[in-house]
Amino acid sequence: MDLSIGLILIQDGVTNAAIYALLALALVLVFTVTRVIFVPVGEFVSFGALTLAAFEAGKVPGTVSLLLVLGIAGALGRLWTERQSLSGRMLATIAVETIVVPALIAALVTWLAPHKPPQIVQVLLALLVVAPMGVYVYESVFRPIAEASVLVLLIVSVALHIALVGLALVFFGAEGSRTTALSDASFTLGSLFITGQSLAVLGLTLVLILALYVFFDRTLIGKALRATAVNRVGARLVGISPAFSGRIAFALAGIIGALGGILVSPLTTIYYDTGFIIGLKGFVAAIIGGLVSYPLAAGAAILVGVIESFASFWASELKEVIVFMIIVPILLVRSYGTQVLEDEE
Amino acid sequence: MSAPLLWADGLCVAYGRVDAVRDVSLSVPEGSIVAILGPNGAGKTSLLGAIMGVLRARGDLRFRGQALAGRAVEQRVADGMSLVPEKRELFVTMSVEDNLRLGGFRRRGSADYGDTLEEMWRLFPRLKERRAQLAGTLSGGERQMLAMARALMSRPRLLMLDEPSLGLAPLIVKDIFRTVAALRQTGVSILLVEQNARAALELADHGYVLENGSVVLQGPASELREDERVIAAYLGIKTVAR
Repeated sequence: MDLSIGLILIQDGVTNAAIYALLALALVLVFTVTRVIFVPVGEFVSFGALTLAAFEAGKVPGTVSLLLVLGIAGALGRLWTERQSLSGRMLATIAVETIVVPALIAALVTWLAPHKPPQIVQVLLALLVVAPMGVYVYESVFRPIAEASVLVLLIVSVALHIALVGLALVFFGAEGSRTTALSDASFTLGSLFITGQSLAVLGLTLVLILALYVFFDRTLIGKALRATAVNRVGARLVGISPAFSGRIAFALAGIIGALGGILVSPLTTIYYDTGFIIGLKGFVAAIIGGLVSYPLAAGAAILVGVIESFASFWASELKEVIVFMIIVPILLVRSYGTQVLEDEE
Repeated sequence: MSAPLLWADGLCVAYGRVDAVRDVSLSVPEGSIVAILGPNGAGKTSLLGAIMGVLRARGDLRFRGQALAGRAVEQRVADGMSLVPEKRELFVTMSVEDNLRLGGFRRRGSADYGDTLEEMWRLFPRLKERRAQLAGTLSGGERQMLAMARALMSRPRLLMLDEPSLGLAPLIVKDIFRTVAALRQTGVSILLVEQNARAALELADHGYVLENGSVVLQGPASELREDERVIAAYLGIKTVAR
C-alpha cells in the first residue's frame, strides 16, 4: 500500500463519514430531546435512497402510500394524546398536517413521477415523501409513550425498525438500486482522483451541519430544543411543551435521514435493509459522543468512516466487525473516564 | 369581593398509596401575597406542583375563574401561572440571557418581549452583569434570582415561589424577600412556600399552615404572627435564639 492508495481510502472514508456524521447528529438530537434512541433513522436512509431510485425509473414509489398511512396514524396519535384539550381549530390543524399535506404530496408525486422530472426535482420529491414521516412516527408511536423509560422507548424503537424494514421489502423488493451521481464532474488533484459526488456529499453535509449550528445557537426555537435536552422540567415550566420539541427533533431527523439516503445512493447499492447498517455506524459515532455531544459525534463519524475504509482494503470480509469493535474500547475508556454525575440540588 | 385569582377546593395529591396533599382548599386573591408554611414533608412542594400541573391532582382548581383540570403545564404558563421550583431547574449549560429569553418562550415575537427583558435587568442588576455567563457557574443566590427572573419573563399573573431562601446566606435572603415585596407593586400575585416563617409572615397578607398534607391553620398573616401555635411551632426557636 502506498500513499496514493492511502489517500484514496481516506477520501472514500471521509465521504462515507459525512453520511455517518449526519445520522450521528440526528441520533444525538432525537435522544437528547426525547430520550428515544432512534434506531429507525436507518430506514429513512433506505427510504430516501430507494424512493429516489424509483423516481429515476419513472415509477411512483411505495413510500407514497406509507406516507399516507403514517399520516393517518399520526392523526390518531395526536387525537389520543390531546383528547382532553381538543378544539375545533385544533382538529382542523391536525387534519391539515396529517391528512391533507400527505395527500397533496401523494398527488404531486403521482402526477410528476411518470414524467421523469429533472434530477433536482426528483431529489426534492424524495425528500418531500420521506422526511415528513419523521413527524408522523413521533406523533403516532413515541409521543403517546413519551413518559416511558429509556428502555421501553428503545424496545419500541427496535420494533418500529423491524416493521419499517419489512415494509421496505414489500415496497421495493429484494433487489438493490443505485442512483445516478448528483454531479458527474471529476478532477485530479496530484495523484488523487476526486469525484463530484464526494464533493457534493461533503459540501451538503457541511452546509447542513452549519445550518444546524445556526439553528441551535441563534434561534429561540433551537435554544428551546437545547433547553429541553438540558432540563426537561425547567423547559416545561417556561412553557416549552415536550411535544413541541419532540416534533421538531423528529422532523429534523426525518430530513437528515432522507437526505443521507439521497447522498449515499450514488456511492453504493442500497437494498431495503442497507440503511440499518449505515444507521448503526452513525450510532457508533453517536455513542462515542456519549449520545450528547454533537462535535464529538461528528468527529467520531470521521474516525468510523476512515477506519471502515482502511478495514475494507486490508480485510474486507471483516470490515463491519472492525467498525463495530471500536465501540468496545471506547466504551471502556468512557466508563473509566467519567465520574457518576449527581443531580445538582 | 371579586373572585380570587387562584382557587382550590378539596385538592389531593397521591404518590401511589401515600397522600402527600389531602383535601386542601385555598385561595389567592388578586394582587396579594399568600404564604404556605409547614415542616419538611408537609406537602408544600407537592401542593405547588399540583397547582402548576407538574403533578397529577384530584379536586377543583380554578385560575381566573377557569377550571384547570386537563390543562398541561405549558398551557398553564400561557394562562399566566409561573413556578420557581425548589431546585431552580435552570438551563445550566446555557447563558443567563438565554435562560431569560427562554423564560419568555410563550411570548416570543410579542411587541414587549424586549421590554420585559430590560425590566428583568433593572430588577436584577447582578444578572445583567453576568448575562453572558453560563447559568451553571452562578452562585446560589444568583441562581435563585435567575430562576425568579426567568419565571417573570412569561409575565405571570400568579408567581409561585418554592422555598426561595433555601440554602442561601441571610443577606441574600433579605435581598430576595425585598424583591418579592417589590414584585407585589407590579401587580403580580404571589404564592410563597417558605421555611422561614417569620420572613414569610411579615411579607404575606394571608397564611396557611400545612401539616401532613392538610391545612391545620389559616388566617391573615398578622393574626398568624400572633398565634401561639404558630409561634411555638415555627417562630419560637428563633425568638429564643434572639
